[in-house]
Amino acid sequence: MEEEKDVLSSLRAAYPGDVLEAGAPFGDETIVIRPAALPAIMAALRQSPYEFTMLLDLTVVDYPDRPERFEVVYHLLSIPRNRRIRIKLSVPESAPVVASLTGLWKNAEWLEREAFDMFGVRFEGHPYLRRIFMYDGFEGHPLRKDYGLRHRQPRIPLRK
Amino acid sequence: MPDQSPPTRFAAAARPESLLINMGPSHPAMHGTIRIMLELDGERILNSEVEVGYLHRGFEKTCEARTWFNLLIYTDRLNYVSPLINNLGYAMTMEKMLGLAVPERAQVIRALMSEVSRVSDHLTCLAAMAMECGAFTAFLYTMKAREFLWDVIEQTSGARMTTSYIRIGGVRADLHPDYAAHVAKALVETRKVLKDVHGLLDKNKIFLNRTRDVAVMSQEDAIAYGWTGPCLRSTGVRYDVRKAQPYLVYDRVAFDVPLGERGDNFDRYMVRMLEMEQSLRIIEQCVALLPKAAPGLMADGMPPAEAISEARRQKSGRPIRLSPNLEGSEKAVYKDILAADGGAVIPPKEETYTSIEGLITHFKFFMKGHGIRPPKGEVYFAVEGGNGELGFYIVSDGSDRPYRLHLRGPCFHIVSALESLIKGRLIADVIPTFGSMNMIGGELDR
Repeated sequence: MEEEKDVLSSLRAAYPGDVLEAGAPFGDETIVIRPAALPAIMAALRQSPYEFTMLLDLTVVDYPDRPERFEVVYHLLSIPRNRRIRIKLSVPESAPVVASLTGLWKNAEWLEREAFDMFGVRFEGHPYLRRIFMYDGFEGHPLRKDYGLRHRQPRIPLRK
Repeated sequence: MPDQSPPTRFAAAARPESLLINMGPSHPAMHGTIRIMLELDGERILNSEVEVGYLHRGFEKTCEARTWFNLLIYTDRLNYVSPLINNLGYAMTMEKMLGLAVPERAQVIRALMSEVSRVSDHLTCLAAMAMECGAFTAFLYTMKAREFLWDVIEQTSGARMTTSYIRIGGVRADLHPDYAAHVAKALVETRKVLKDVHGLLDKNKIFLNRTRDVAVMSQEDAIAYGWTGPCLRSTGVRYDVRKAQPYLVYDRVAFDVPLGERGDNFDRYMVRMLEMEQSLRIIEQCVALLPKAAPGLMADGMPPAEAISEARRQKSGRPIRLSPNLEGSEKAVYKDILAADGGAVIPPKEETYTSIEGLITHFKFFMKGHGIRPPKGEVYFAVEGGNGELGFYIVSDGSDRPYRLHLRGPCFHIVSALESLIKGRLIADVIPTFGSMNMIGGELDR
């Protein structure tokens, strides 16, 4: 059990400047990191001793009032250790760019496409960053807070 | 105006001599709207690209504009073959946020309903998979069993698919007085059908040729693709949310987690078949956990008009009971099926109709800006859905509606591996591979 409690503190020790916050609101272990440290921390989390081998989920939360508007949220799962962890980072609207994790997890390709489609966050190093749910020619990013619920799209011409 | 859209990766990489065809978005051998673009050399698939999103209806955006209570109905429409598990996932995430304690009876009912839904989910998947491989009999048999299971759901919740039965804090109503007979019948019929389907398919050469060693998934890849549920277990990884982080009463019922060995289409079929047997076991145990009769159920109900006039009388000796339109959700059963927190559950209808305080409480629950008000924060909770880990990530800003609600749909991750699984296979292998994944548009495209 002692080792189990240590994930957050050992990450803090290993990446002193990069882990900005660590806590467990509602019992969900969460760390907030600097965006630049994402590839290194994720690669470390995937290995022993953490063994978060599964990327459960990736999504974005839009906070238009914050200086760093988009909060990218990752959920990881460790099957051998039976625990989850949440990793969050924030990027500004002027440069909504995050490093892609497609090299670590295969489902990151679709998950990052979804985040790009819905929020316009770009993932650097993604092999095929294309809209996934919306069609080509869709304007804007529907899950952003400034996209109206009943916003209409312009007509697109028929494909040749 | 020329077509502005850039060519797909698939079209850009295709060899000029190969044949490009579309499977879907509307193809008779595919259930669900999904487009698979195939680059073929004869019947061999050289490359492919899967295009999803045809059923995207902005579930997450819609939920941000609905109150915590009202958005429950949208969760029915996610995985529409096991809507109760979706209700459960959302309700339990909210309970984690609100810190609600759900009465034990409601927990058992939830587990029972989840397992009924899981069986009907697996039956639907296998029915479609078998039918698309030409086994129409298996389809008819499994559909028949599903009817008996849906009878159980319909009897209690009043609906077959869009149930909205599991609510934040508990369930909408108590079980129907005759549920035990229906459950028993459904168990018998489903077991009979499972036996028949085992007999029809397990050693069926046509079925085996199309599923055995077709689309083999390794354990490492399954984890790297984020597979969960029966598809992950078919590769031999033991991960079931019900066992790993037991919720409801899953730590008190005995059941096994069937595992596959090879991770091929046949294992995905077999794991689902074996899981259904375990689910039926859980259903039996849940029925045994429930007390024989529900307290105070449907004893002497009166129509609403009579109840209101009765309430106006100064000295009415009779207890006011509303029935039959509120069957199973009378005030008397509230303590067994819903959490005690008044702010999170709908007040009993008897009070709404017969007292001014009750009416005010009722209005305040539904009025804009009132109702359920979880604390600020974010929470993730997952239940074992029909396809795997069904997780809700909810961000609350303390208002009456979610700031952000995200669904982790298990089949999004499963279908993302389809391209790699069919590469190099024959075009006929797409059908059983896709069938064994149980792609559900409502959950995948959201």
